[in-house]
Amino acid sequence: MNDRVAVECRALTYTFEHGRKKAGTRAVDGIDLTVRAGEVFGLLGPNGAGKTTTIRAITTLLPTARGMVAVFGHDCNTDRSAVRRLLGYVPQQLSADAGLTGRENVELFARVYDVARAERSERVAQALAAVDLTEAADRMVGTYSGGMVRRLELAQALVSAPRLLVLDEPTIGLDPIARAGVWDRVDAVRRATGMTVLVTTHYMDEADRHCDRVALMDRGRIRALGTPAELKARVTAEDPALAAPTLDDVFRHFSGRTLTDAKEGDFGDVRRTRRTASRVG
Amino acid sequence: MSAVPAAPRAASAEAAAGPEFGLLLVPPRARTGWRVVPARVVAMCAVELQKLRHDRTELYTRAVQPALWLLIFGETFTRLKAIPTGGIPYLDFLAPGIIAQSAMFIAIFYGIMIIWERDAGVLTKLLVTPTPRAALVTGKAFAAGVKAVVQAAVVVVLAALLGVGMTANPLRLAGVAVAVILGSAFFSCLSMTIAGIVLTRDRLMGIGQAITMPLFFGSNALYPVDLMPGWLQAVSRANPLSYQVDALRGLLIGTPSHLALDFGVLALATVVGITAASGLLGRLAR
Repeated sequence: MNDRVAVECRALTYTFEHGRKKAGTRAVDGIDLTVRAGEVFGLLGPNGAGKTTTIRAITTLLPTARGMVAVFGHDCNTDRSAVRRLLGYVPQQLSADAGLTGRENVELFARVYDVARAERSERVAQALAAVDLTEAADRMVGTYSGGMVRRLELAQALVSAPRLLVLDEPTIGLDPIARAGVWDRVDAVRRATGMTVLVTTHYMDEADRHCDRVALMDRGRIRALGTPAELKARVTAEDPALAAPTLDDVFRHFSGRTLTDAKEGDFGDVRRTRRTASRVG
Repeated sequence: MSAVPAAPRAASAEAAAGPEFGLLLVPPRARTGWRVVPARVVAMCAVELQKLRHDRTELYTRAVQPALWLLIFGETFTRLKAIPTGGIPYLDFLAPGIIAQSAMFIAIFYGIMIIWERDAGVLTKLLVTPTPRAALVTGKAFAAGVKAVVQAAVVVVLAALLGVGMTANPLRLAGVAVAVILGSAFFSCLSMTIAGIVLTRDRLMGIGQAITMPLFFGSNALYPVDLMPGWLQAVSRANPLSYQVDALRGLLIGTPSHLALDFGVLALATVVGITAASGLLGRLAR
């Protein structure tokens, strides 16, 4: 097992079938990807680019018939239980239970990850402290702001001491202050624990600021991969007119279209995004 | 399954300076084998009880319908003496049927809850934990059972207030709780199985409405099986609700019952339900 590789995808392909007679939709089209242990890796692209499908394959939710996906050397198709023990996952939707307190939400995940009773309350308290929610821990989640719910979900993911933290659009729908609050906690926890962070986002500015390396995805394929600085340098080298490109420029350069053009996604993507945005207010 | 690698990482100096993250660096020791399912069941039931502790509104509002059945239907038919009940007052005959009905009504909508959890990302998050699907479904099923037991206790108190003569034997009452839990576990699994087939809340609500009343009227909850036409007797014999009512009636009122058969059928139905719902849970996650 190679401990320096957190995630490895080889020729990963996934097609959503629509029935026997109709052709399927190829959401992920033969991607190769390596996420190094300890880095913050961003999967960037518009709705429908294939980011969430890739994340679902990595988190063992989608069995992949074609290609290979492994987390710290464990195959996501054949060794799911081992993979799941290494993962902390925050889905795109606001998934904390509003009918429980913050502490009870984290306790549930401590229980399902088999945290022993003797250390459960201390571990839950540490997870809540790590995301700066100690004072609000015993309030009902229904009274939390969108940013607080996101930080609570981070605590739920952290309570099992994951080696790979997977965040699917963690700041979608949040205001700039709440977005900064979420990233502050992600950065602090990552520095303190050394865990690998795999994040999907379509906010290029966030990726530029917080990710060590990024992969730009469009229509199921990776169009470019590298550090934000490397990608920008490549764009400048290939197009000298762009002296100081942003990641948006990089995306346009490699995909041939702007993020605005590309923001399509299917009905489910749009509904999920809107639902999350409306729940965070 | 290969062994889960230890987490070779060291907290930086920054960790010592910031909040104490010590335990968040050490993965918990995994339960294995038979211990996994009971642990997940306890986790799901604890959540259900915590929710009930925070908000009892559902408990009270759900008590209205059984109260109306006992007060209006029960009291009226007790006076009419239209249904032969083997010498016991009709209200006493009816009370166990209403307990079973109120428990079933709670459980049958668990499929809607799991679709809501799918839409809210909760199910996805739980499926990414080291919880086998069967353990997750069993946990949900028994959580429905715990909720139904609390609801059943409310109906028992209501029935006692209306003068229904019920046992106070703790062993028999424990048997009542087991029958309610098994019945609710089966009906919640039936609902989650249908959820795994139809996938949307709207379709499931329609099907839920369509099957609850036939299940209720096609059982011995309101009248003895002997009064039914032959075809309905066959339906009743295939309906787990009938076995649940038979067990509840025998345990609470002391009427002749077939406890071994009743509990056997309920346990088997629960196992079949858990198997079917677990098999279809993946469809919901996709």
